[in-house]
Amino acid sequence: MKQGLTKTDERVKQDLGCENADYTEEIIHTDYIYMVSNNMLVISMNAELDHHLADEMREVIDHAIDERGVKNIIFDFSKIGFMDSAGIGLIMGRYKRLINKGGIYVSGVNDSIARILMISGLHKLVTRTSDINQAVYMINCSN
Amino acid sequence: MKYNEKYDKYDNLRQDMDTHDNTMELIIDSKSENESFARVVVASFVARLDPTLEEIADIKTAVSEAVTNCIIHGYEGKKGKIYIKCTLDGNTLTLLVNDEGVGIEDIHKAMEPMYTTKPQLERSGMGFSFMEAFMDELVVSSEINKGTTITMKKLIGVKDI
Repeated sequence: MKQGLTKTDERVKQDLGCENADYTEEIIHTDYIYMVSNNMLVISMNAELDHHLADEMREVIDHAIDERGVKNIIFDFSKIGFMDSAGIGLIMGRYKRLINKGGIYVSGVNDSIARILMISGLHKLVTRTSDINQAVYMINCSN
Repeated sequence: MKYNEKYDKYDNLRQDMDTHDNTMELIIDSKSENESFARVVVASFVARLDPTLEEIADIKTAVSEAVTNCIIHGYEGKKGKIYIKCTLDGNTLTLLVNDEGVGIEDIHKAMEPMYTTKPQLERSGMGFSFMEAFMDELVVSSEINKGTTITMKKLIGVKDI
């Protein structure tokens, strides 16, 4: 059942740059903000994606996949400039879980994160978009 | 306990430190929340060489991978100390990361891309590959149940020809 959106929700939606999408659940954490729509999870990070943050986010994302039926995940990197191999492990693991259901989108990646994605070969498995809105549009078109 | 006695064990690591232009030492607990701290400290220390953004990103990635390895593999999530030493000689950064954990059985195998002993933790097996790719030089020495020391070098501000 869809919940009504409060003022906080609206602000977070604006923050994520997807005012037009219809979101039904969100979690605000100091290191990341995440929202779940019908089959889509948007997770926007505020802290550098390393082993510490990856461990925290893994639980939250897997819960969304299992309990909320999430099929597509958008990782938004627009606020951060750093990711290491723990981020690769996190994205790779989620890719394997969603392989026959949907896909992984990464948005707002800078040059150094793009290089990490390239060296690890992950750029072939995920869709890179300029911002969250573009990823949301692509997911809606593919549905 | 006097400082000297307490850190006697690091003496062999800090031997000729007086001969370098500039040195920094950092000892942290093996906790994942210290990873970002270690990255930022090393990056700030190198900042006086006026590195490019790309070089800063390279160094931060290498530190992050090395420290994460100490926490996950060296100490296997248990408590321990991670010792980091940075030295600057002209434009060369030397970065040493040491733990007194379980050690690496087969260093050659551990350095293969995509090889990991902890796939259940979703480790990508790219740690050493990233360190090799982003730094100019990487030396790994390890002894079972004694610990592992990683030494990396990088030339700052000089483009490869």
